[in-house]
Amino acid sequence: MPNRSLFLKILSAVILFGAWEIAGRIPVSYAFPTFLEAMGALFRMAGDGTLWTAYAETLQPLVVGVAISAVLGIAIGLWVGLSNVFDWLFSPIFIVMQAAPLAALIPLLVLAYGIGLTSKVLVVCIMAMPVIVLNTSSAVRNTPESMKEMGRAFLASELAIILKIIIPAASPVIFAGLRLGVSAGFIGAILAELKITPTGVGDIITYSRSIADYPSMYAAIFSIILLAVLFLNVLEKTETVLFKGNQRGYVSD
Amino acid sequence: MVPESAVSTRNISKNYGDVEALRNLSLEFPRGQLTSLLGPSGCGKTTLLKIIAGLLQPSSGEVEVNGHTVTGPGPDRAFVFQDFALLPWASVIRNVAFGLEMRGVAKSEREAIAERYIREVGLAGFEHAYPHELSGGMRQRVGLARALSVDAQVLLMDEPFSAVDEQTRRKFQEDLLGLVQNEKKTFIFVTHSIEEAVYVSDQIAILLPRPSRVSEIIRPSGFRDKGADNIRRDPEYLDIVDQIWASLRSYVE
Amino acid sequence: MTVFGYRLPGMSSLIVWGLLWEIVGQMGLTFFIPPLSEVIATLFAVIGTAAFQKALAETAYAFSAGVFFAITIGIPVGILMGKNRLLDELLLPWVNVFLSAPLTALVPVLMVLFGFGMKSIVITTTLFGIWIIILNARAGVKQINRSLVEMAHSFGASPWNAFTKIYLWAALPEILGGVRIGIIRAVKGVIIGQLLISIVGFGALFELYSANFLMAHFWAVLIVLFALAFTIAEFLAYLERRVAYYAAKR
Repeated sequence: MPNRSLFLKILSAVILFGAWEIAGRIPVSYAFPTFLEAMGALFRMAGDGTLWTAYAETLQPLVVGVAISAVLGIAIGLWVGLSNVFDWLFSPIFIVMQAAPLAALIPLLVLAYGIGLTSKVLVVCIMAMPVIVLNTSSAVRNTPESMKEMGRAFLASELAIILKIIIPAASPVIFAGLRLGVSAGFIGAILAELKITPTGVGDIITYSRSIADYPSMYAAIFSIILLAVLFLNVLEKTETVLFKGNQRGYVSD
Repeated sequence: MVPESAVSTRNISKNYGDVEALRNLSLEFPRGQLTSLLGPSGCGKTTLLKIIAGLLQPSSGEVEVNGHTVTGPGPDRAFVFQDFALLPWASVIRNVAFGLEMRGVAKSEREAIAERYIREVGLAGFEHAYPHELSGGMRQRVGLARALSVDAQVLLMDEPFSAVDEQTRRKFQEDLLGLVQNEKKTFIFVTHSIEEAVYVSDQIAILLPRPSRVSEIIRPSGFRDKGADNIRRDPEYLDIVDQIWASLRSYVE
Repeated sequence: MTVFGYRLPGMSSLIVWGLLWEIVGQMGLTFFIPPLSEVIATLFAVIGTAAFQKALAETAYAFSAGVFFAITIGIPVGILMGKNRLLDELLLPWVNVFLSAPLTALVPVLMVLFGFGMKSIVITTTLFGIWIIILNARAGVKQINRSLVEMAHSFGASPWNAFTKIYLWAALPEILGGVRIGIIRAVKGVIIGQLLISIVGFGALFELYSANFLMAHFWAVLIVLFALAFTIAEFLAYLERRVAYYAAKR
């Protein structure tokens, strides 16, 4: 029943936003506006254009950083996955990076590269890159052995095995890694704007907090979370369409 | 009368570290006939098949196909995999044409050949389906068509029917008898099913484990031309099945 | 990797990177990268200082409190979601939203609601860790083999018995997997919280060091932090492997 699931989705949204509205009306805190106030501020900012200029600024380091991480991350990941030497040399670095709280590097990046775009792009990169590299390399290493054997049995060259078997077989996992990288990139982009210098959406959040315009602050936070979630959902849908057969096609089922 | 050998293995040994998988194994595979490698699990029959395919290197000994020593996979042999090893992102026709593609056959030509073999294995109409849309039995037909389409003289089949259900399996066995009759190829067939081996084989090599050696070679002769339907009722068929079971039972835990 | 037939241990390449760091540091290319030896020497000096121990204690407190809440709330919620379809359908969309949402954006809200102190950091830590714990506990309960449950019923197990003897154990590999990822995320959360609130724990320490250009101190603390995070992650992975033996065979 698609109707039931849609109905429940709407119901759960109504419950959450309703709870927000009520909590705002009590109010639980002077700094807790109602849902409607926050939405009002959101539409006002969307109407007078502040929101759009803010996003133009916020998305810059995000897009640049994710693009760099994707290209570099997939390249390194393929390399690490295909070569034992590079696996030995680079894997530990990315494994440590994956487990470590890399945000701690931000003060250092600011010292080294100032408070401009470069630092923010680098923040996005260090957050997004490890998961892309690790997903790519493990996907490459986990290509089913029988598929590679099949390639050799049918006289495929080493290059053909990489291009026609390993990379297509790995692409769903690589794509999933990209999605996780984008998700981490969002965290990095916002962290950079809140920690380094307030620009874009980070500026709206910081500024409206300083003048106690809480509806605008909540609206800005709401919008960035909404944007991130929508974008990641689109990526996930793309993934299922793109790799429809790929995930179920292995014979282990 | 036994025809001359298409494939011979001479004194093959294979060690994995300290483990002796095959010891000093010599076998002749008559041209145009089907030879089964039969034995309990762990007896090294798949290892031997992969050595003949050139996918594994023997520790000592050599394999000759049509008088040429095997150093790796070659155009004279085609492999049918136990788990099918289809490319899940490629349509049936692209999967079947894979071997030809790796040999540099032009697209239109290889698709024409692929179409012919897809029809031959009974999959006409499924050319543009994807592996995940097919049943296990149909997937193995794709694997078979891929092996047939490269027109190798020797067909190596690694437990090809073990991942399909019993009814499909019987149909496959009947079809295989027809294939051996019509195709003028040499078949090497790995199986752990005694009935299957006796049903389809011109020659059965019984392998015993730890370390693997050939214990016996049986050549059923009386029932081969009595028609596919009558084989399972033939007294010779039943006797051979019993005889093989008697010699294998002590090796089954 | 194997060299002359000898298998190099997995993490040994870090020694190569350490040597490279030392060489770059000795060349004095940039003051951001002091030689590793100097950093290590500073590390031992720093560990003894009151400032470091205070930061470590504060971080450990915030981290353990945050993880405690994430686990004690997350696992029961996840199990309930796995067992109750209505609850599942109402909560799952939000769990998924918060799982992938940039939670950093919520830290300013926590700061205005709960102040610039420990409370906000604990909540940040919980928020980073809890969603994956919920999701995995839910998945663990959902995948439980029906015949296991039916077996328990047919042998007359009470609901409580079925829960403690079957559900919990059958879902344990997934639950532990969730806790492991949740804790790794919580490590990141506690640091992000401290950086943004920046008057407690390592956040304050980093501010101090970078304001005074104490690069060796900065790197020393980073190394300690990364090593701790990595040790926690590996220890949890080890625990998970210990139950993984039956995860694949259920």
